[in-house]
Amino acid sequence: MPAQNEKMKAYWRKNLQTLFILLIVWFIVSFGCGILFVNELNEFRLGGYKLGFWFAQQGSIFAFVILIFVYVVRMNRLDREFDVDEE
Amino acid sequence: MEILTWTYILVGISFALYIGIAIWSRAGSTQEFYVAGGGVSPLANGMATAADWMSAASFISMAGIISFSGYDGSVYLMGWTGGYVLLALLLAPYLRKFGKFTVPDFVGDRYYSNTAKVVAVICALFISFTYVAGQMRGVGIVFSRYLEVPIEWGVVIGMCIVLFYAVLGGMKGITYTQVAQYCVLIFAYMVPAIFISMQLTGNPVPQLGLGGSVADGTPLLDKLDGVLGELGFAAYTSGRKSITDMFMITLALMVGTAGLPHVIVRFFTVPRVKDARLSAGYALVFIAILYTTAPAIAAFGMYNAIESTSEKKISELPAWISTWQKTGLIAVDDKNDDGKVQYLADPTANELSIDRDIMVLASPEIAQLPNWVVGLVAAGGMAAALSTAAGLLLVISTSVSRDLFKTFRPDISDKKELRIARIAAAGAVILAGYFGVNPPGFVAEVVAFAFGLAAASFFPVIIMGIFSSRINKEGAISGMLTGLIFTLGYIVYFKFISPELNSAEHWWFGVSPEGIGSIGMILNFIVCVTVSKFTPAPPQAVQDMVQEIRIPRGAGKAQDH
Repeated sequence: MPAQNEKMKAYWRKNLQTLFILLIVWFIVSFGCGILFVNELNEFRLGGYKLGFWFAQQGSIFAFVILIFVYVVRMNRLDREFDVDEE
Repeated sequence: MEILTWTYILVGISFALYIGIAIWSRAGSTQEFYVAGGGVSPLANGMATAADWMSAASFISMAGIISFSGYDGSVYLMGWTGGYVLLALLLAPYLRKFGKFTVPDFVGDRYYSNTAKVVAVICALFISFTYVAGQMRGVGIVFSRYLEVPIEWGVVIGMCIVLFYAVLGGMKGITYTQVAQYCVLIFAYMVPAIFISMQLTGNPVPQLGLGGSVADGTPLLDKLDGVLGELGFAAYTSGRKSITDMFMITLALMVGTAGLPHVIVRFFTVPRVKDARLSAGYALVFIAILYTTAPAIAAFGMYNAIESTSEKKISELPAWISTWQKTGLIAVDDKNDDGKVQYLADPTANELSIDRDIMVLASPEIAQLPNWVVGLVAAGGMAAALSTAAGLLLVISTSVSRDLFKTFRPDISDKKELRIARIAAAGAVILAGYFGVNPPGFVAEVVAFAFGLAAASFFPVIIMGIFSSRINKEGAISGMLTGLIFTLGYIVYFKFISPELNSAEHWWFGVSPEGIGSIGMILNFIVCVTVSKFTPAPPQAVQDMVQEIRIPRGAGKAQDH
């Protein structure tokens, strides 16, 4: 089934694109904002928090939760689009 | 009522609940024993995963570690939550589609090799054993501090409870008990946190309270930076570790989390691939509730500890200090005989020593909450330790009965396999209990290194097994061994052979033994790809399997061969 194969390849490519984008965000909020650029971000404030410190101890964790749910919604849509979803 | 009476009542009720659930949900087949029959709802599985994941260390010690390390403590917060993103995006759905019972199952099938499987079993057993010994010790400590029984008896009681429901219920019993344990532990963690946050900052949400202001209008964190600075300590919101080391430790913890067998196996218990994705999301929500509260408890605890002791008359210290002095977790030593406490960074002049576990254990008393809350925290700590121990014991028993025994004796009956799994679980409990009573001095450290080893051994071969169909058994085996030996060697060298050299100027690239798993992981990837390039591609059947697990449709329940 070559047509089927092509379709699966397209599905996999879209899946990888989704992963790539989400993992870049994952890297930026934790390693970027929480570690590599923490001192620069600490110049800014979020209420009583220094911004970099907030990312390291609160913000990155909230972002992780959001990332997983974005992934869930996006993959469910992709599964339906390519007709590979489960009953 | 007395604190002790409340503690007995609350811990007793929670234990009765766990045993009741275990009897109601006992396992009748290997399928139920290994993966709860594959019929757990994503929400229940998320809660069970959270309880499984959050150990005695998360519950009792993490806030305290952050109290004393400030910004540097962020490695644990980010490391132990960020791994779930990797798990949800890169592992859980595909392993669920693969549809077997264990991580070594996957490694053995994907790399068409019993050698690879045995290497994976050894890694799984090593990681799980070091971890479970720490949990048993945690149970013992909670018992001895709150119920005033010797640690040994605490461990034995804990062993009996876990033995009862893990051996009887298998994964099915464990899952539903963990749901109950999650509820107990999160309630116990949040109640004192909410009250302390209200008292200090007027905001009942600890996550907001941490960014709030204290009575005089200064933000709490700025106040804390200032107070610590005056006493000679580093500022709370600034780091002491190097950026490289922070980066590497966080990475090792994240990747290690995603590679821990007792966490991965939880995603085999849900009915569908999309449930596995969703369930990872729920798990992280439940974990995040505790993990975003912990830094608040940490900062509140440090602030309270300094405010109520520094330069105060020893005769007028608050009651909780004298209560905890009896346990040896707080010690006051009036070195300059001025009748006051000086809490200072300079060890020769410092008169107050505080154990990090105080920050959570004494939180109800610091907030002057009623006695039943103290009992609740004890029950919560116990729930955290027991739920993690049970999950680990299941991995150990499954590894023995299924990955070792059944691999080499494929013709044994389901009933016999179930009996072997139960015997293995019982054996593992007893061994873990032994280490709980007679802990090798390095348990706490070894637990942290279990992550490095999981990161350096499992994670790369599982990822490559899913995302590449070209990686073959030669690559996988040599990669796993390289990662494992390199990481283990580095840790053993700096921690046990030459501990005197364990400082930043001697570390390779400035990476501490805690973070070396990241380098081990990278080496594993490199070796795995290179060796695979020069050796034959995997058989067509295996390549087809890789294509198959990438597509959600057709995931039946987790099945036997």
